[in-house]
Amino acid sequence: MGRYLIGRVLQTVLSMLVVISIVFFLTRLSGNPVNLLLDVNATQRDHEILMHHLGLDQPLPVQYAIYVKNILVGDFGTSVLTRRPVTEHIWERLPATAELGFVAMFLSVLIGVPLGMYSAVRRGGMLDSGARVFAVLGQSMPPFWLGLMLILFFGVVLGVLPAGGRGGPLHLILPALTLGYFTSAAILRLTRSAMLEVLGSDYIKFARLKGLHEQVVLWKHGLKNALLPVVTFAVMLFVQFLGGAVVTETVFAWPGLGRLILESITTRDYPIVQAGVLVLSALYLTGNLFVDMLYSYLNPKIRHARA
Amino acid sequence: MARRRDVPWFASAVLGALVLTAVLAPFLAPHDPTAGDITTKLIPPVWMERGSWDHPLGTDRFGRDVLSRIIYGSRISLLVSLIAIGVAGTFGTTLGLISGYRGGLTDAVLMRLTDIGLSMPTILIAVVMVAVSEPSFRNVVLVIALLLWPRFTRQIRGETLAVKEQDFVALAVVAGRSSAWIISRHIFPNVVPTLLVISTLQVGYVILLEGTLSFLGVGVPPPNPAWGLMIADGRGFLATAWWISLFPGLAMVLTVLAVNLMGDWLRDHLDPKLRQLGSRATVLEAPTSATLGTAVEEAPIRAGAGGSGG
Repeated sequence: MGRYLIGRVLQTVLSMLVVISIVFFLTRLSGNPVNLLLDVNATQRDHEILMHHLGLDQPLPVQYAIYVKNILVGDFGTSVLTRRPVTEHIWERLPATAELGFVAMFLSVLIGVPLGMYSAVRRGGMLDSGARVFAVLGQSMPPFWLGLMLILFFGVVLGVLPAGGRGGPLHLILPALTLGYFTSAAILRLTRSAMLEVLGSDYIKFARLKGLHEQVVLWKHGLKNALLPVVTFAVMLFVQFLGGAVVTETVFAWPGLGRLILESITTRDYPIVQAGVLVLSALYLTGNLFVDMLYSYLNPKIRHARA
Repeated sequence: MARRRDVPWFASAVLGALVLTAVLAPFLAPHDPTAGDITTKLIPPVWMERGSWDHPLGTDRFGRDVLSRIIYGSRISLLVSLIAIGVAGTFGTTLGLISGYRGGLTDAVLMRLTDIGLSMPTILIAVVMVAVSEPSFRNVVLVIALLLWPRFTRQIRGETLAVKEQDFVALAVVAGRSSAWIISRHIFPNVVPTLLVISTLQVGYVILLEGTLSFLGVGVPPPNPAWGLMIADGRGFLATAWWISLFPGLAMVLTVLAVNLMGDWLRDHLDPKLRQLGSRATVLEAPTSATLGTAVEEAPIRAGAGGSGG
């Protein structure tokens, strides 16, 4: 257990370092930021002063070291556009992303678990076939297109739901459905197979022999035991929602972190891009680490399977 | 299960049609995909009131023919997938073969690298990489390939470990053959079925990833008729000209659906090892060929790693 965990933590740290380095080299590749910071009338001397001020006149390894040190102390610099600290921008946008991710996860579980359960109970039935189509489509549909079609149908044709922006609970429905569709399909299939396995087990047969009510057998004895993989999967999804809602946030003009990154790419506000990517990646990597630890804690079989 | 063994006629038909469309695009497309004409802008599809057979699926805001753009767009989707998977597959497979055959320190280092590669938040990194390096066909392909190779390495390495234990490999070693000779003559031919399955399962993912990048404006640059770009073009016209976004999206869904079904079928038929995983592998396949803006595609690899041993 200890060895596996240490290895896993080490791997996460390494992955984060790789992300940090990728971001460093990408932003250095993208040209001299001084040209973006100064206006056209700036003199050569202004350039040199600012270069020195930003530490850009140092050799690359030194720059890299300074850059890593700043990240470690949480200093991401200031926005080129607004001159406000980057961390402020990030904090402003994080709640929206978290909210959307949370609701999408909730929705996925709400749709996926009961559907998966009943398609396992009535294996081969109508619902099972329907669920299969639902899942296969979920694999193949580009989320940005699904989002637009939902807007078209519910926002434009029916006019019952807002097409974008953040506001009341109604604003959450379409983006959460878009983000959650694929994952509810995945949860559905996961629940279905876990449930099938559990339903074939001896203790379910025994519970039925005891004459327990079928609903009690299904929900209490069945689902409870099938839920472990589903729960860990759901937690993992939440983390990944945080890490990558770029697409959905763009489609629905949702003021989250993913959209902030994309906006800052267009305005060439690289300090924000840099920080945004780092924050999302860190959330993503530590979240996955957390899930893996949870999973191996709950199910010792797993860690031996990962040679 | 019996149904799965049937020939996937739907997938074959769609993919066949797609390849033909891409190859014969200049003969099939009624119009030049990039030539606009403002006198014909925003014409609806033929079955609607102002529609005409001249533009069966309507035109976009520049008066470009939607059908012709979809037809030419199939070339972009297919080319990006073929090249990206070709590059990533060659690189990933080579590393996988070496890692599995050599073992020891080489294996340990390569596998840690693969783990790191697999743990990246794919879409996010892709978006930033392409954006910073200027969107172009070449950069899109390179970035996708860069994110894709670890998937090949991991699986091919596993397969190599199994093949390595076979008697014919031991005999070749005894016969004094070089490692390179053994890998290319004995190991590689035996991992080809697996390679084919992984490649097919990745096509859908690559098409969706390319679509996502194009949609976000960091993919193949306009005026190329990339499907993702067309869908983005129609965003502002949902209320008035929904056909601009609807049809390229349908083309994408149909393509990815066909590729995924084909991949599932190939896996069930070609790859005995994956087949043995049975129900678990089938359930977890959902994330494998998948998409979603998030890096949900990471799920199967982790869940799969747990599932196969559990």
